[in-house]
Amino acid sequence: MRDWLKRYEPVWLFVHSPAAIVAAVIAIAIIFGAVFAPWIAQVDPYDLSSFSLFDGLLPPVWEDGANPKYLLGTDDQGRDMISSILYGARLSLVIGISALTIAAVLGVGLGLAAGFYGGRFDAVVMRIADVQLALPAILTALLIDGIARGVLPASVQQDVRVAVLTLAIALSLWVNFARTARASTFVQMQKEYVQAAIMMGQRPVRIMFVHILPNILGPLLVIMTVDLASAILLEATLSFLGIGLPADSPSLGTLIRIGMQFLLSGEWWILWIPTLFLVALVVSINILGDFLRDVFNPRLR
Amino acid sequence: MLVIKDLAVKFPSRFGDVTAIADVDMEIRPGEIHGLVGESGAGKSTVGAAVIGLLSQPGYIAGGEITLGETDLRALSPEAAHRIRGDRISMIFQDPQTSLNPLMTIEDQLVETIQAHSDATHSQAVTRAVDLLEEIGIKNAASRIKAYPHQFSGGMRQRVVIALAICTDPELIIADEPTTALDVAVQSQVLALIQRLARERQIAFMLITHDIGVIAQVADRVTVMRKGRVMETGETQQVLGAPDHPYTQALMDAVPPLDVKIDRFRVPEEAPIAGEGPTGNVAEAWLLEGQRSEMLGLTLDHLTVQFAAPRTSLFRTPAPYVALDDVSLTVRPGTIMGLVGESGSGKSTLAKAITGLVSPTSGTMQLGGDDLPYGKTRGRRHPSRQLIQMVFQDPYSSLNSRHTIADILEEPLWFYGFVSDARERRRLAAAMLELVGMAPEAIDKYPHQFSGGQRQRVAVARALLARPRFLICDEPTSALDVSIQAEILNLLKDLQSTFGLSVLFISHNLSVVRQMADDTAVLRAGRIEEVGPTEDLYEAPQADYTRELLALTPVMPKAWRRAG
Repeated sequence: MRDWLKRYEPVWLFVHSPAAIVAAVIAIAIIFGAVFAPWIAQVDPYDLSSFSLFDGLLPPVWEDGANPKYLLGTDDQGRDMISSILYGARLSLVIGISALTIAAVLGVGLGLAAGFYGGRFDAVVMRIADVQLALPAILTALLIDGIARGVLPASVQQDVRVAVLTLAIALSLWVNFARTARASTFVQMQKEYVQAAIMMGQRPVRIMFVHILPNILGPLLVIMTVDLASAILLEATLSFLGIGLPADSPSLGTLIRIGMQFLLSGEWWILWIPTLFLVALVVSINILGDFLRDVFNPRLR
Repeated sequence: MLVIKDLAVKFPSRFGDVTAIADVDMEIRPGEIHGLVGESGAGKSTVGAAVIGLLSQPGYIAGGEITLGETDLRALSPEAAHRIRGDRISMIFQDPQTSLNPLMTIEDQLVETIQAHSDATHSQAVTRAVDLLEEIGIKNAASRIKAYPHQFSGGMRQRVVIALAICTDPELIIADEPTTALDVAVQSQVLALIQRLARERQIAFMLITHDIGVIAQVADRVTVMRKGRVMETGETQQVLGAPDHPYTQALMDAVPPLDVKIDRFRVPEEAPIAGEGPTGNVAEAWLLEGQRSEMLGLTLDHLTVQFAAPRTSLFRTPAPYVALDDVSLTVRPGTIMGLVGESGSGKSTLAKAITGLVSPTSGTMQLGGDDLPYGKTRGRRHPSRQLIQMVFQDPYSSLNSRHTIADILEEPLWFYGFVSDARERRRLAAAMLELVGMAPEAIDKYPHQFSGGQRQRVAVARALLARPRFLICDEPTSALDVSIQAEILNLLKDLQSTFGLSVLFISHNLSVVRQMADDTAVLRAGRIEEVGPTEDLYEAPQADYTRELLALTPVMPKAWRRAG
């Protein structure tokens, strides 16, 4: 073992945790595949001319009647399963990560301010958070979706689907960030370095973001990882229920919804392959999140 | 009775085994109070944990013998060892807040322990528990035994912990810092109780503490430890009064005496302090240049601070909690005012009121003749925010652990607009490090790379870089070992006299205040009991409370101090 590996504890813990290594390999492979989908996938599932109905419903290569060109078979439209999944994962990750970023910025900002100022501002922010928690994420998404349908003209509705979905997911995730940031900020507020900064007369924004924020990043990072999995799942759920993305630009959830139609007709791969893929992605991200939590909270070890 | 020979404890780590203690020899006789003294990291608690068989995982005993009477404690099976714990060896922990179960009554906890170690029936156990509580000095034990731990004061709770420890008639009790969390008055009661139990019941005590005053007061014999090794062992009077080992001598030199004022603490291999290095002079010159202004005193007039009590009724506002009650105090320009008092007396609230973290309810504050506005109305750019600086109690929390030393030290320089050039700021910050006795190279490191004493030096440097005229030191050494405390106190003294600072020095430790302060004020429950020149106050205290505090503080006999 090289010395620097030993000295830097998170790295040391990582190389001694087989679960974390496997999870990281899977997650990185999926993310790599998603990012480079246009170069890896042999078919562009959004381009109607790149696939043919004649190739429809081909099974994976290890079944009878398969076409070796399509390793994991095709769906009813003749789209290559691998290509669809890679493009679907791409969309899922884009929506998940953007929603997470919005939620983190909103939640951490509000949580920091609530913890710093306390009092009435804190009470108001936290009551809003409580109300948000009482609404299931799907309800929030339906609400925003409904508003978007009502307000926006029909012509642009298709174009803003991704944005609506992202916003809906972000709104149901910010509470986690706000609560954690607030609780950690309270702890830091008791520390004397914060009191020293207040005594000096530094601007509250500087105290919050330069002094306190770096000290509460650990737990926030953990929430980020765990919530990335939630965001992806939420997107899949919404798409599965048909509130999310349409069939012509499928995310993982949409693919599973399409696959449902073939559940009892023998074409199992159309449902099962994207489902297993989604499970692998979410589980590996969750394992990484648990690992990070253990690293940042040694008492749980 | 308890004999420890060549004891070694190791902790496996991924860098290989770390030796926590080695070659520890010790003997404790029945009825003896054996002091185990040393600074943090000396391995005192590890010895205690090894004897009672509760080493924290993954530590293990690597060699040596521990025998209690005829029993070889190392050879015991886990079950036998478990039976011995509590039966023949008991333990008293530092914090009585956490060593009792808050959800069980005192009765249940005592009865449970008694029944676990004997076949007493429940009613026999209750009778025995009541007797025990009476014995350790809890009045009306029969009725109070039904109470929960939170209904007892800290001292009472520590008595209950002691009752738990003695309820099985053990031969040996390991007391790990039993009085560290207590105020002096309570501490002296608990120590008297320990002494009485040792005499009357012939219980042997292993008294682990960092407080040499406590050892001097109650221990029959003492073992001095440092870095996991025994430095010296023997009769208390012999070891502390005429120490053989240079380390024991240095340790004794660093203990601030209560009965006399000494000029400086003798500190071994003293680091260059106060501008002895070439760049330290730069910082000193810079500070002196900014301090052409006159020295500033501070006057508090009828200052009262109240906190809102929690509301219990919708219609009635509860009476507020009075933290400071009509406090009037004058810190003369260029002098040190010591402020002593027990925990909860309002010392820190006073510091917060001056620095603006807490707003007083009434009264006035004046800094050098100018009115000092209350915290709520004090602007962010008010000059007092630069003139008043503070050194905090806990150097582990007063420095932002995510900032480098350079970030921490340069902040006041640009914030108060002293130095606009970044390179000049860095040069000055490095010079200031040298002025407070640290290597200028430390500037690119993070706080966690330094020890508590070094961090406190950094905290002092940060305060100085604001060019203060008034410095508040809130228990600046109570988190530090006694030898480090001596260094920091020397440093503060030097800096105060060089730069003509006015200082409010807050401490619960009367000996430290005597060494530092020109004037002393005694605070009790938010009121000033007595204030006056330090020498007068210590030599001829006027208030009963002051006399009591002075009498109860553990001291070393005069003869034990080396002529300084």
